[in-house]
Amino acid sequence: MHHLPLLDIFDTIRQLGWGGFFELLRNGIVLGSVYALIALGYTMVYGILKLLNFAHGDIYMVGAFLGYGVLSVLGGPLAPTVALVPLIILMFVGAMLGAGTLGVVVERFAYRPLRNAPRIAPLISALGVSFFLANSVLLLTQGQRYNYSAYQLGGDAETGLPGPLVEPAFSVLGRPVTVVQVLVVSTSIFLMVALTLLVSRTRLGKAMRATAFDREAANMMGINTDRVIASTFFIGSVLAGAAGVMFGLYIGETYYFMGFLAGLKAFTAAVVGGIGSIPGAMVGGLLIGLTESFAAGYVGGQWSDIVVFGILILFMLVRPNGLLGTRAIQKV
Amino acid sequence: MTETPQAPVGPDEVDRPRIGVDEWVASAEQRHERAGGLSGWISRGWEGIPPAGKLLGFVALASTLPFWMNQGDLFSYGLFTLLYALLALGLNIVVGFAGLLDLGYVAFFGIGAYGYALLSSSHYGIHWQAEFSIPVVVLGTAFVGLLLGLTSRRLLGDYLAIVTLFFGQAFVAFVNNANPHVAGEGLTGGPNGIPGVDPLNFFGYELQSLKQYYFFVLIVFALAAAALYFLNESRTGRSWRALREDPLAAEAMSIPVNRLKILAFVFGAGTAGLTGCIFAAIQTGVVSGNFTVALLITLYAIIILGGLGSIAGVLIGAIVINVTFQFLSPANDVPELKRWLFYGAIILIVAKIRPWSKLAAIFGGTIAFGFVAHAVAQAINSSWTAGTVVDAGAGGSALEHWVILPKGHPAFDTWAYIILVAAIIVCSQVKGWWRVGALIPTLYWVAVVWENVLAEQPAVTALILFGALLIALMQARPQGLLGTARVEIV
Repeated sequence: MHHLPLLDIFDTIRQLGWGGFFELLRNGIVLGSVYALIALGYTMVYGILKLLNFAHGDIYMVGAFLGYGVLSVLGGPLAPTVALVPLIILMFVGAMLGAGTLGVVVERFAYRPLRNAPRIAPLISALGVSFFLANSVLLLTQGQRYNYSAYQLGGDAETGLPGPLVEPAFSVLGRPVTVVQVLVVSTSIFLMVALTLLVSRTRLGKAMRATAFDREAANMMGINTDRVIASTFFIGSVLAGAAGVMFGLYIGETYYFMGFLAGLKAFTAAVVGGIGSIPGAMVGGLLIGLTESFAAGYVGGQWSDIVVFGILILFMLVRPNGLLGTRAIQKV
Repeated sequence: MTETPQAPVGPDEVDRPRIGVDEWVASAEQRHERAGGLSGWISRGWEGIPPAGKLLGFVALASTLPFWMNQGDLFSYGLFTLLYALLALGLNIVVGFAGLLDLGYVAFFGIGAYGYALLSSSHYGIHWQAEFSIPVVVLGTAFVGLLLGLTSRRLLGDYLAIVTLFFGQAFVAFVNNANPHVAGEGLTGGPNGIPGVDPLNFFGYELQSLKQYYFFVLIVFALAAAALYFLNESRTGRSWRALREDPLAAEAMSIPVNRLKILAFVFGAGTAGLTGCIFAAIQTGVVSGNFTVALLITLYAIIILGGLGSIAGVLIGAIVINVTFQFLSPANDVPELKRWLFYGAIILIVAKIRPWSKLAAIFGGTIAFGFVAHAVAQAINSSWTAGTVVDAGAGGSALEHWVILPKGHPAFDTWAYIILVAAIIVCSQVKGWWRVGALIPTLYWVAVVWENVLAEQPAVTALILFGALLIALMQARPQGLLGTARVEIV
């Protein structure tokens, strides 16, 4: 290659054709639904505390490890002692509860004492938590990558035949959509619907919206805002834990540094959608997933991150409040 | 704030600003004068020294280093502390003086290093003299800073932090992954970076020995610190502080807010670019792994530890952080120092507990608890105490009779670490004698985890401690060691 790969883009589009287009679309949607789940945690915390919770990506990473932990307690990926469906459910439940608890502890320990501190203090504290979590996992795993082996999961250990997770569920234009991809997207949709119902229909959801709107006023109306904030962290972290297991099953491996970049992308998603807006985070996650997938397919994998970040910087300059965000009025 | 007026209370006594804060601020001088004891005497003495005296004192002290330190120590303690300090000075302009949250600062350091590496190395065969390449690179980096600073016209607070963070990440992705082909050669060399960078070479005089580099960096640092001191005292510096405290009020006072923000970015980026050039020359190469978010967090730890906006604080922060870092680095040639540093720090933290009866109970209790725990563990199964300590050294082997050191229990490390984190969280949440009761097993467990897990991977431990330090510092003293407490009047 003697010129910028950006110039090859039209050749690549022609070569890949509609089948290739569909594959990229499919990958983008799967990736996007993982990002969207993480982005929801970012956006909920920002909405309620105006805090950029940099530790959220690392909670997602811990969730992925917890899912792996459940898997290895139940016999490991190659010889699980329970059937596939309860195994996956247990992995999700374990990771979600563990991550949720971690989120509450982080809030209680690192953010709550700083509730009335200058704005920079919780932000630095969040960087500290992120650093602490990532390096703790590095210490305990010694930088090793743990493999979910989604390929073998539920398959025949003796013959080495692949398990049902990588079987095609259906195909479009001759390109397969595997069971694990369907699983990721449908779980993600289910959780997002559940979250939307929780926020719009329940008392807790109402309290969360009130706290996000005006914390002091909510406090005076008899809402225990500390508990509402803790619940927000719990719910956001539960979603991140689920996203961690999804990523583990889909990509196949977890490592200590995966939280940072995924967190950053999810954060991009939250910003593009309009930070603080729940539907915005879902749309944003999908957009970032699709952008990354198409950039990787048409421009080249090594450029995909730059394309994503470049788009974000331009986007922020044109529309800082995101697609679905509302323009904040600065109070004096 | 909709609270009813009440008697003025110092903001350090309550957790939020109250009516009467102005009075509290106004009486700060008198309270300061009254501050008794050793700490009051030291802080008054410190403030009595004129700034020029402080700088000269530091330079005089620092220039003795090459005469009593060996080469390795001079490199890792002396030179690196100065580089960290120089780099943190630049970040301090943007964050400390002007109050703009720049999370992409490391990218400017990287641009400086790569810029020098492109202009003065065998990568493209361009071997510019440093007196040409450094000014070009510094101006170029400052120009990139100007471009990034332009975004601060439109973006406030968190949004600016987001965009700068992405800028930093895009830079790493660019040099590491993209590595576009220019003139038949990968521009940035990908993950391998650019090797064979020229040493600094001024007007035909080449810096060769470590000593020469050390003195060069010391002079650059002293000049930069002096320049920044005058800049901070100037009209521009005062406007930056006004901007930091309240951008809206500053704008209303007809301070050119946008121009000042961009100026802060330009100065910060220029300093980072200069440090990048020197760093590339010292390392005789650049690799993308040097410009990650880990460095960013280290730099924030430095400027926050010392106190945002304080030049002396930056230096103290750099010394504390770098010396700790080098102590804990695997290359440290006196390995048991790590142990003494670690236990020393723990004892210093615990020794702040008063009254004395509690302190004595904690120390005595911890020692007794250790022997009991060791005996119980040995009685259960001797494999729990069969391990050995890493880098025993003087006194270290005595620990083997006190600390549980399991052998052949691979899952122990993970659980020990998780239990430790949980125990520290519990300690911070309980009060009074309950805390004493919780502290005794926790302190013992700290020693167990250190000997079993942390001492084996000191480099990772250093990073974990950084993270914990940032969290703890934000709660204990958010203004840093030398910073003045800021009161946000709502």
